[in-house]
Amino acid sequence: MPTASPAAEPRPGTDARPPDVGAPAPARTARQDQDVAGLGRGRALGFVAPALVVIGIFLVFPAIWTIYLGLLDYSLSGSGAKEPVFVGLGNYVEALGDPGFHRSLYLTLLYVGGSAVIGQNILGFLLAWYLRSAHRFVRPALTILVLLAWILPGSVVAFLWQALLDRRAGTLNAILDTSGQAWVLDHPMLVIVIFNIWRGAAFSMLLYSAALNTVPRSHLEVARMSGARGWQQLRDVVLPTVKRHVLTNTLLITLWTFNDFSPYLLTGGGPNGASEILPVYIYREAIIGGDLGYGSAISLLLLLANLVIAVFYLRVLRTKKEDAA
Amino acid sequence: MRPSRPSRAAVLGIAAATLLTGCVGAKDSGPAADPDANADAKNVTLVISANDIKGGKNAAEAAWIEDTVIPAFVEQQKAKGVTADVTFNGAGVEDEQYKTKLELNLRTGSGSDVFAADGIWLGELAAAGYVQPLDDVVGEAAAGWDGWSQISESVQQNMSFKGERYGIPNGTDGRVLYLNKTLLEKAGLPADWQPTSWEDVLTAGRALKKLDGVTPIQINAGVPMGEATTAQGFLPLLAGTGSPLYDEAAGTWQGATPGVTDVLGFYRTVYGEGLGDPRMQQDKAGRDQSFAEFAEGRIGILAEGDYFWRSVICPSEDDCGATSMPDRDEVVGWAKIPAKTPGAGVDGQDFVSVSGGAGWMISPKTQYPQQAWELMAFMASAEMQTALSEAQIRISARNDVNAETLADDPLLSFISEEVLPITTYRPSDEKYNEVSLAIQQATADVVGGAAPDEAARTYQRSLEKAVGADRVAGG
Amino acid sequence: MNPVVRGVVGRIGAYTAVCTLVVFFALPLLWLVLTPFTKNPTYSVRFSTPTLGNFAKLAENPQVWPSIRNSILLAGGSSLLVIGLAALAAYALSRVRVPGRDQLLYALLLLSSIVTGTAAMVPIFLMLFQLNLIDRHTGVILVLTGGLLPAAVFMLKDFVDGIPRSYEESARVFGAKPLQILGHVVLPVIRPGMATVGVWALVQVWGNFLVPYVLLANPSKQPAAVVMYTFYDAGGQPDFALISTFALVYSIPVVLLYLVVNRRYGFSFQGGIKG
Repeated sequence: MPTASPAAEPRPGTDARPPDVGAPAPARTARQDQDVAGLGRGRALGFVAPALVVIGIFLVFPAIWTIYLGLLDYSLSGSGAKEPVFVGLGNYVEALGDPGFHRSLYLTLLYVGGSAVIGQNILGFLLAWYLRSAHRFVRPALTILVLLAWILPGSVVAFLWQALLDRRAGTLNAILDTSGQAWVLDHPMLVIVIFNIWRGAAFSMLLYSAALNTVPRSHLEVARMSGARGWQQLRDVVLPTVKRHVLTNTLLITLWTFNDFSPYLLTGGGPNGASEILPVYIYREAIIGGDLGYGSAISLLLLLANLVIAVFYLRVLRTKKEDAA
Repeated sequence: MRPSRPSRAAVLGIAAATLLTGCVGAKDSGPAADPDANADAKNVTLVISANDIKGGKNAAEAAWIEDTVIPAFVEQQKAKGVTADVTFNGAGVEDEQYKTKLELNLRTGSGSDVFAADGIWLGELAAAGYVQPLDDVVGEAAAGWDGWSQISESVQQNMSFKGERYGIPNGTDGRVLYLNKTLLEKAGLPADWQPTSWEDVLTAGRALKKLDGVTPIQINAGVPMGEATTAQGFLPLLAGTGSPLYDEAAGTWQGATPGVTDVLGFYRTVYGEGLGDPRMQQDKAGRDQSFAEFAEGRIGILAEGDYFWRSVICPSEDDCGATSMPDRDEVVGWAKIPAKTPGAGVDGQDFVSVSGGAGWMISPKTQYPQQAWELMAFMASAEMQTALSEAQIRISARNDVNAETLADDPLLSFISEEVLPITTYRPSDEKYNEVSLAIQQATADVVGGAAPDEAARTYQRSLEKAVGADRVAGG
Repeated sequence: MNPVVRGVVGRIGAYTAVCTLVVFFALPLLWLVLTPFTKNPTYSVRFSTPTLGNFAKLAENPQVWPSIRNSILLAGGSSLLVIGLAALAAYALSRVRVPGRDQLLYALLLLSSIVTGTAAMVPIFLMLFQLNLIDRHTGVILVLTGGLLPAAVFMLKDFVDGIPRSYEESARVFGAKPLQILGHVVLPVIRPGMATVGVWALVQVWGNFLVPYVLLANPSKQPAAVVMYTFYDAGGQPDFALISTFALVYSIPVVLLYLVVNRRYGFSFQGGIKG
């Protein structure tokens, strides 16, 4: 097989250049967009079309419909289902004036920042980095533990954490000898942040593992021969190469965590709303309260919050790049 | 990102969505089928759905439908020369999820012909046009059914909306106070204790509080308990203050009335004095914890429906799992829920209760309205209801069935004979769910330390937002 | 500090950190490991004489095995579809200039967050009803694939972007046709990325409750994640015996799959680099 493995044929001139990002970014250099395999426009379109068709029908269309529902006084049952009234931006005005929404937005930012941007990101990277050289018994064991936390369905995970944190019979209280400590009620945000780090670190770990795997081995060899220690290798060779993956990972887990409903299974948004992040708020308004129009409007606000954050990430990245240059 | 692209896409998308919404509306908003459609068909396909599943939630009822009802019905139709193909689409999920899917199915007419629904959903379903009166969908056959004479008026009300029947009740229930007689005795209370006022309950609670490691009273409160807060706690108490939550005649809901404030005051006393465990009301799994604690003999008085007796603390470990009480029949007693003071309850009653129950309804878009009705009526026949009660003891909607099946169970006969005559049903108005949510929040507020009148004012505001200020009384 | 001491201290520190991590990830899983073998399980983690009674109870449950098969069908189908469509799109988007592609990709990613929310279930249901895809696995697979694709393309494009163009250039110099280049040059390099995306997509579908529950009518078509929600006893109390035992059985296929994929396509490391 005429493969060209990355390790065998390093071209520092092409791939050591600070890589670009897969998101709104300054235009790439002409060279990077070159159709090196000779695909041609027609075939390229043919490659993209199937994905676009599926996305168009099963994602864009219902998403836009949902946004449209946000302009209605719409519910799934009751008279709001029979004759939904067009209320324009009414739902948005109501949301922006609702202290409950403000609190939820604030809690969501805390939750995303603590559990995804910092927690999962750093822990996932450290795991990926550590597992490269871990002992051959530790590696599969730790990997499977981390993965299990990720693949178990939400309903089961809820029971696991209930068993861990239960006020009377919980494992944590048994270990710490703190019987009667109601962790979920006393520290709801801390609990859901730690919970989500536990739950989601696997994705970052996998992505970073795959990304680290693309770091040409020869680069590390060179660095090692020139006497670079673990940390220096990481900073000088690895981080520049995986930087685009860091951005992608952060963007993705931010987006997903913004929409993460699983804390509901742990705290129900309580006590008294103290952990009511936006997806829980939407669930309570749209499904329990039956106000789908309002829930749809909040979904769009959630999207806009994400957009602002993504633009912020890109700004930061661009600044860093300019600093480096 | 340039703004032009997304906004252009959005405009296009909204146009497309509007177009499609129109299509959907046109396709499925037709009138109900003619009651006589396919009445003489020789091949009939019917689908039943319910929130039951074999090997899971409500397994006994699922087994009853699949193994008893369907074969017997198919046989019965065969005798008439009709080939009936009946399938059961069971679920077994949380009620909210079952309801969401049910509504989507009713909206498109893609779901089942006969389905189970809780009585408190009826107002919402009817207002959305998802269900229609039996008189319109079925006609004569439903109006003249002989089973109605066996179902008491108040139980029929649970499946009626604005004076018209929408379905056949499948059963009913009643709320009482469960007592741990061992603890009561230790606290110096008589074994046949029956409180006659709220004050009696509080006095007993204060006596129980002296015992070590015992939670004296559990009256459901707060948001995580959901509808259990409203049905098991707030509404029985409110019925004990003299007027119901919803005034059918005037179409108004009780706002921050003295009655509502009194109920919230009672909650405040229970949880503020440590007669109840406020944290249990805030916990997501609080209701499960309350069951476990009662089963362990650590709760003195607990307000619940009859299913607590038959399905949570039953003596059989196979049926009731970790919360089963092998010594239930010796240890657990019960008492009627007292009005605030004797004679202060609705209709001047000394004691009160709240009931509910689910029933069978028919989809207005069914292809076979007559046969679907036949199936419903068959499920509600004395023979089938007896079979269901034998599989899992419960209070049937039918008096003739109850007379036979409940004799061996002291509590269920007690509820059937003593509680059902004094009970109240929850309103089937379409706004009930939203009002119930406001009630749950109000109880959460007082349990969390708010003053009763302050919580009542907040409740009044939520209520006005939900139903409109002109439909709120008092405050 | 002398280098030997520093080395020892560093090593102790590293071991402590690893042990903490293992405990952190393992502690919540303790219940899952012990409960299936406990008689009459509750929330509390208990050590008792091991019993296989819960497995017998699980084997008797009529929903269990069909649901695992359905899960494999739904998750496998969606995962393969996502990998295939995303890899093609990612390559083309990386290598051929399409105006506004990054903005488009990001806009789609954002929209995918709406579709995975609870508010979108109504439009999705009504649309599938019109398309006659209700109560069909195909419908569920397409909806889930649509929701996962933008993120999958997003991730894979990074991997394609990371391939030095020189690989393809040299292959071309040697006369390889475009499709050969893809098969022999590009594919091997992005395989770890595809494996990651595949496992990710599989896990997303494997644990999804809402979409299959709402879109499938017949209970015999429901996947394991939906059946898991039905394990309540007569009183509406969670049936811990079934839940814990099924959870264990249910996670095994995914762990096995991960191990197989990992061994074959090696998303971790071919043991080359030691730090």
